[in-house]
Amino acid sequence: MEKVLQVQDLHVSFKTYGGEVKAVRGVTFDLHKGETLAIVGESGCGKSVTSQSIMKLIPNPPGKITNGKILFKEKGLVQLTDKEMRKIRGADISMIFQDPMTALNPTLKVGDQITEGIIQHKNISRDEARKKAVEMLQLVGIPSPESRMKQYPHQFSGGMRQRIVIAMSLVCEPEVLIADEPTTALDVTIQAQILDLFRDIQKKTGVSIILITHDLGVVAQVADRIAVMYAGKIVETGNRREIFYKAQHPYTKGLLNSVPRLDVESGDLKPIDGSPPDLFSPPHGCAFAARCQYTMEVCEKVYPFETKLSDEHLVECWLQDERAKKMKVNIR
Amino acid sequence: MELNKQQDPKLAPDILDEWFVPKEKNRDEAEQVVRPSVSYWKDSWLRLVKNKLAMLGLIFLILLVVMAIFGPVISPHPGDQQVLENQNQPPSAEHWFGTDELGRDVFTRTWEGARVSLFVGVVAALIDFIVGVTYGGIAGYKGGKVDHYMMRFVEILYGLPYLLVVILVSVVLEPGLFSIILALSVTGWVGMARMVRGQVLQIKNYEFVLASQTFGTKTSRIIRKNLLPNTMGPIIVQMTLTVPAAIFAEAFLSFLGIGIQPPLASWGSMASDALPVILSGHWWRLFFPAFFISLTMFSFNVLGDGLQDALDPKLRR
Amino acid sequence: MVTYIFKRFFAMIVTLWLIITLTFFLMHSLPGSPFNEERTTSEAVQKNLEAHFNLDKPLPVQYVSYLKSVIQLDFGPSIKKPSDTVNEMLGRGFPVSFELGMLTLLVAIISGITLGVFAALRHNGIVDYIAMTIAVFGISIPNFVMATLLIQQFAVNWGILPVATWKSWQHMVLPTLALATGPMAIIARLTRSSMLEVLTQDYIRTAVAKGLSPFKIVFKHALKNALLPVVTVLGTLAAGILTGTFVIEQIFAIPGMGKYFVDSINNRDYPVIMGTTVFYSALLIFLLFLVDIAYGILDPRIKLHKGEGK
Repeated sequence: MEKVLQVQDLHVSFKTYGGEVKAVRGVTFDLHKGETLAIVGESGCGKSVTSQSIMKLIPNPPGKITNGKILFKEKGLVQLTDKEMRKIRGADISMIFQDPMTALNPTLKVGDQITEGIIQHKNISRDEARKKAVEMLQLVGIPSPESRMKQYPHQFSGGMRQRIVIAMSLVCEPEVLIADEPTTALDVTIQAQILDLFRDIQKKTGVSIILITHDLGVVAQVADRIAVMYAGKIVETGNRREIFYKAQHPYTKGLLNSVPRLDVESGDLKPIDGSPPDLFSPPHGCAFAARCQYTMEVCEKVYPFETKLSDEHLVECWLQDERAKKMKVNIR
Repeated sequence: MELNKQQDPKLAPDILDEWFVPKEKNRDEAEQVVRPSVSYWKDSWLRLVKNKLAMLGLIFLILLVVMAIFGPVISPHPGDQQVLENQNQPPSAEHWFGTDELGRDVFTRTWEGARVSLFVGVVAALIDFIVGVTYGGIAGYKGGKVDHYMMRFVEILYGLPYLLVVILVSVVLEPGLFSIILALSVTGWVGMARMVRGQVLQIKNYEFVLASQTFGTKTSRIIRKNLLPNTMGPIIVQMTLTVPAAIFAEAFLSFLGIGIQPPLASWGSMASDALPVILSGHWWRLFFPAFFISLTMFSFNVLGDGLQDALDPKLRR
Repeated sequence: MVTYIFKRFFAMIVTLWLIITLTFFLMHSLPGSPFNEERTTSEAVQKNLEAHFNLDKPLPVQYVSYLKSVIQLDFGPSIKKPSDTVNEMLGRGFPVSFELGMLTLLVAIISGITLGVFAALRHNGIVDYIAMTIAVFGISIPNFVMATLLIQQFAVNWGILPVATWKSWQHMVLPTLALATGPMAIIARLTRSSMLEVLTQDYIRTAVAKGLSPFKIVFKHALKNALLPVVTVLGTLAAGILTGTFVIEQIFAIPGMGKYFVDSINNRDYPVIMGTTVFYSALLIFLLFLVDIAYGILDPRIKLHKGEGK
């Protein structure tokens, strides 16, 4: 399958008064054409920083991509100038943010906010841009789009605004759509509608989606593949079945156990004890060791190697090592 | 880091077999809260001290007050002593700030003027504080219809141009120190009242205040622990802006000839008296009062800015 | 929107009425004023006053007739110059003051916004520090001090600009500068802080993510929102500039309304004080009203909020 986007060994740091925060520490993943990749993890694990790095939206200073490559269709993005990057943003890769209530400019008409992106990137007239915008609003399910174009954001509900934001991000027909917690700020019923919308537009436009979320319920509904992030690293990747039914990393299991599920009869919810490590001075070994139930001495000394369980299923954990398996530790 | 990319553990012989044993650990260690708790006022004070510009303003203000008290005392020349042969002397070892057209010592008069100017500023700010906090507090606390009508009245007063009202009242009253303060206070409290009322209304509805009420906390404790720290900050900031505004307004009135009347002098009236002679080169007559007015304004402004940052509970780190 | 404008207009009328009433009764309570028993004015003037203010009638009648004449924009005669009416003085002096005030407002707005925007865009950079130092000095130095400093430097020491009166553009430079520094500093600080806040908003990040140029982001998305708080203080600033003209016109010997007003205060020329106060208050209140309307137009959210009830 064609790889639209490749992220290789990405490192991102923030310089603060307290020192250097290593927010992303060697993230590698591919995004294939037409798929939805979910990046899952607790807040502060570096998932949003990763996504913003792809768009080069990390404010510099204090943030900086210290190492690694980001390839969009074989083209490196990291070394692009800001001017070159602007041609990519919104046109090839676009982004949706968490809170639809604040993502739209309150003093500009919705129509202007949708069309300005097309006018910026495509060489078309204002009229054609308007036509395209109306089309887009229709696609995301806004009734009577012609008249809605002339309204201001405060005249729409939260769910409607998120639809507008989605229309805005798709209007230039990008290849990649990054959605950073797109449903977190919405009511549960609206969440479901927006997730349906994502699947629908993917079918219609063939856009590849990176979905950033902490909500496994959302992931289960729309993701083709899942990458689980912890303390700035991807600890486990796999397709939906592999992650939900054959998870190997204790952190992934912990996440799954802390969410109510109807399909697995496994009694109580179990929260993961403790909190993520301080990224000012990340541990040498596995960052999850301090919270893991199966910590071995090796876990604190050396970061685990990558183990390939199937074509798509990769995990970084010492429990996969032959020597650990001899220990016969019981993993639930 | 290259190590991590290797697929085969056998290529890394430095990983020993005996490391693959479960490790005992103390879970409580990771759960310690690092931040020591500091009281609101102490925290604010610490942050104010770190703000160099604000501290500079504070030091200037203290110096100004000290000089206003002791300046006329340490000067060898009384402020009302007229020595006609010493007219319009430039600054010298004898007369540090020079003399005026009646041969009076400008140094002594500057600090006597400081007393008047600072007094006017502080008293006007105090009146604004008392009236504004009471009025705004009642309106915000009572809410509903009372609030509605009280604020209607305030809105109308707020629409009146401040200095025009001050001028009008000053024209009507017998000129004098207290007339000026009264004129400054007639509508001066309106800003404070609006601010306090807004704060009280907002805080009344905060979830933490509702929470303390549901836990049965006493009203006095809610006022002391919740309302005070959250309203005192903006009130103090507002006062640091009222004092220089009042000093400026007094200087302005003196300029129009309806401010402080002789024999009393303020910085404003001294500067105003000096205007006609500035072109004849007697720069010191204007320079000293004007400089100290500007310094006072500067100090209050930077201190006010610093306080605003330091007292904002939302900025607490 | 219409109800909102109507309500504001009504409030404006009430405030105006309050001012007229206040001035009227204040002036009548004064001992030694021509409205009282003790009359110290010449016979010719006294006749004028009696005719205009109905002084022989009871107070309520005088009040109503004064209200009537104010509504017809007739402010009566002057005491000190029997040949002049207050209207004639306003006609002569106000255009000059208006010119000075508008020039000042224009200079203050343009330079203040420019300084504030550049300071915010170069936050914590050298431009920011320079701009904010200028602003702190601008706020700290009263306009009459600024005026004398400017006269000292530009007129006395360098001799490149005239000191007094109001004839050519060279005459306008120093008074305008002296009067504009304060408001400019306030606008610069306000613009900077509100611009800084706006630039951290989510919709700015959205605009960046769309691939817009920094120019478009600043001027299309950020500036309008950042200027909303600035618009709200324009009324207050205009009031400050207006009262500032009293002092500046005095220093620079500009034959504007401010100078007449100060003279009338010193001469206790009560009809002039009354007329000017009412006229200036009306002007300022009308300005505040315009500012409110402008705000309502600039911020689409305001129609919903204020239109209902408040």
